Amino acid sequence: MRARTGLSGRGRREEFLLMGRHVVLIEDEPNITEAIRFLLTRDGWSVDAHTDGATAVEVIRDANPDLVILDLMLPGKSGLEIVRELRAEGGMQALPVLMLTARGQMRDREMAEKAGVTRFMTKPFSNAEVLTAVRDLHAQAGQG
Amino acid sequence: MARDTLTGSRIRERRLILGLRQAELAREAGISASYLNLIEHNRRRIGGKLLVGIAGVLGVEPSMLSEGAEAALISTLREAAADSGVPVAELDRVDEFAGRFPGWAEVLASGHRRIATLERTVETLSDRLTHDPNLAASVHEVLSTAAAIRSTASILAETGELEPEWRDRFHKNLNQDSLRLSESSRALVSFLDEGDTGEDRRGMPQEEAEAFLQASGFHFPALEEGTAVPQELVQHAPELVSEAARSLARAALEQYQADARAMPLPALARGIRSGGLDPVALARQFGCGLPVVLRRLAALPEEVLGREAGLVICDASGTLLFRKPVTGFAMPRFGASCPLWPLYTALVRPQVPVRRNVVQQGRNAAAFDCMAVAWPLEMPDFGADPLYRAVMLILPGGQDAQDPQPVGASCRICPRRGCPARREPSILKEEF
Repeated sequence: MRARTGLSGRGRREEFLLMGRHVVLIEDEPNITEAIRFLLTRDGWSVDAHTDGATAVEVIRDANPDLVILDLMLPGKSGLEIVRELRAEGGMQALPVLMLTARGQMRDREMAEKAGVTRFMTKPFSNAEVLTAVRDLHAQAGQG
Repeated sequence: MARDTLTGSRIRERRLILGLRQAELAREAGISASYLNLIEHNRRRIGGKLLVGIAGVLGVEPSMLSEGAEAALISTLREAAADSGVPVAELDRVDEFAGRFPGWAEVLASGHRRIATLERTVETLSDRLTHDPNLAASVHEVLSTAAAIRSTASILAETGELEPEWRDRFHKNLNQDSLRLSESSRALVSFLDEGDTGEDRRGMPQEEAEAFLQASGFHFPALEEGTAVPQELVQHAPELVSEAARSLARAALEQYQADARAMPLPALARGIRSGGLDPVALARQFGCGLPVVLRRLAALPEEVLGREAGLVICDASGTLLFRKPVTGFAMPRFGASCPLWPLYTALVRPQVPVRRNVVQQGRNAAAFDCMAVAWPLEMPDFGADPLYRAVMLILPGGQDAQDPQPVGASCRICPRRGCPARREPSILKEEF
């Protein structure tokens, strides 16, 4: 792996923490997927992308990732249900889930929080926000 | 409480209206005064021959005495009492209230029904905003596309050495997404606009009258040619539901008729063709006042005037009495408008013609040529304060539009910063 400009100045321990990271991205908007895939790949993540909500839980279970990024509105099954099912499964309680929401979905957001979403990001987000959120979530999971 | 127990109260009511003494009515009906007294206080049931006899003396139908107020009215009153949230001491006397004061009871009941209708409307609207799946999907689509564009654009802008294949791919995505964004945002806007049309705008007399004038394009050939009078035109207009709206529309048409007589269409059209759109010259030619000319110009069909024209009229309180909209010039639907309009400049300098180029704050800053004047509504009299109204003709495309005066529609939707005329804060965020 090449050293990345975004990571220069970070401590050794953090550099270690960021190794071998795997994220599953469930998003039906192909160009968002492409942009996030590009960003996270450059940041050292391996990215699995998936568009269908109905099969998302299986995909996540099989991949056993370090992090899930999940859109709230998905074809087949809503992000809310997916989180609920994940949390009900064994071994998935601590998996960090970053949920993408649109403004005006505050009510859904409250429900998603109860369902077990770890963090939210409101569309349209900046690339810096995505990277910060993903790094924070991973660091928290590493400590816990 | 049985319904017929109030027959006595109604008899008493009726007798008092007629100014009859108890003894007189009793004698006419062939009963004793004390027995009538018991009946009137609802202590004795009454029916059959005696009821018919008393009704005959009182000059009413027997059913008026026995049936009284409508059951529906009573149940609405009960609902109103229950919904008020405060304990109503006289709930058991609701029949009596409805029977003795049917007019007031109807006022109370119709007020209650109106509140219920309004509450339903509010619920429907707020439900629509929070739960409407189409709206939610539209908003989600717009924001998702915006998110894709933002991410892609900043990758292109911020990544130093980007491989050509990636760069081309992101450019292509950007192009796709911007197209989709323009389509989905248009869909969203038309969706939001839909809710504003049709029946739910009705209800205010001013709005009904406006819809009526709008339906004819503010031009009435029958009044121009003298083949109809205002009363006939408003009588069967489908836009005019309430009596109040009909009377407002009739007043507007009567003004129209008088103006059309002062400046007949054929002569006015000739005057405009030869001398151009010069209100003062036209006023001289026809020997009439400037307000008539301005109102008249706004009532002309576009092909005669050669352009679109809007018009507003206000009274001395600044309230808009008449609105003919013109493309690009926003007029508030409710409440007061922008005090910077030349209309109000004219209002504080009665009889002095005011002409200003204005540009409305907002996205499409088009210039308008505004001509305004205030006139006394009635012949000035000694010892009476004059009552002024002001009229403003609004023509799109300012004549020599250097330095047009900035104006708004109304403060709440005006983004202009540091405006000395601001009356209340804007609901618009500064960044929009």
